[in-house]
Amino acid sequence: MAYGKYTGLEGWLYKGSVTYYAFALHRLTAMGIILFVGVHVAASFSMQQVLGTWGTTINTIYESWWFQIIVVFCVLFHALNGFRVATLDLFPRLLKYDREAVYLFWGIFTPIYLLTVYVIVTKALSGG
Amino acid sequence: MRPRYIPNRGINLDYLMWLFTRISGLGIILLSLIGLGSAMYMGARLQLDLPTVLRWTFMPNPSHVVNSNIPDVTLGWATAFWQIMQYLIIFFAFTHAANGIRMIVEDYLGHTFWQPFVRALIALVWIGMVIIGIYVVLGSAY
Repeated sequence: MAYGKYTGLEGWLYKGSVTYYAFALHRLTAMGIILFVGVHVAASFSMQQVLGTWGTTINTIYESWWFQIIVVFCVLFHALNGFRVATLDLFPRLLKYDREAVYLFWGIFTPIYLLTVYVIVTKALSGG
Repeated sequence: MRPRYIPNRGINLDYLMWLFTRISGLGIILLSLIGLGSAMYMGARLQLDLPTVLRWTFMPNPSHVVNSNIPDVTLGWATAFWQIMQYLIIFFAFTHAANGIRMIVEDYLGHTFWQPFVRALIALVWIGMVIIGIYVVLGSAY
């Protein structure tokens, strides 16, 4: 996208969008994982050292079923898309199939993620 | 976002960290699959809920599963093998994360007066997290 220019809706729909969205979501999920894991480590450390009850509160949020849906999205997206990036970078001959690789990634990611969400939600609704 | 500084070609820290990010990423996927597969082999499907499986997958620490329905954690779940796996995952994950956050920050910060301070802060957090990780592995009673 042009640097420092407002490109509107067409900017979002430009030709490189497929791989650009994968890049942007990769960064977003990376920061999500760092935030979740960092807070979880700090909270567990506080629980272990008995530094008040805030650690227990945060870990209760961390383990709630609706939060797991977000965490699973971040972890699964980052792992599978990272696998795509690493494979293409270590075998540069495959780079000409970049867009196809992203389509393949979404084809693998979507069923795994939807199945996981289905399991989480049905377990939560049945009180498991 | 600022215009990006293009590093020199050849073997230097930027190239080595670029390569490390790819290799450690694949390494974390491999370690996670070993953790997940072993957990399933040891009966996780009947003894663990999904959050516990996830926590074990990414950090095979006995404290992560001790409150589940496993009859005895010392049988398979708390061994020297899993301690080595934890050290590997701690080193790979925190180094991968610290370098990743450095790249994201420097894409917005650019080459400024603050860059060395930001790098020092990230390095400090990285060392701190690795030390906490080692403490957690050694501090797990099993």
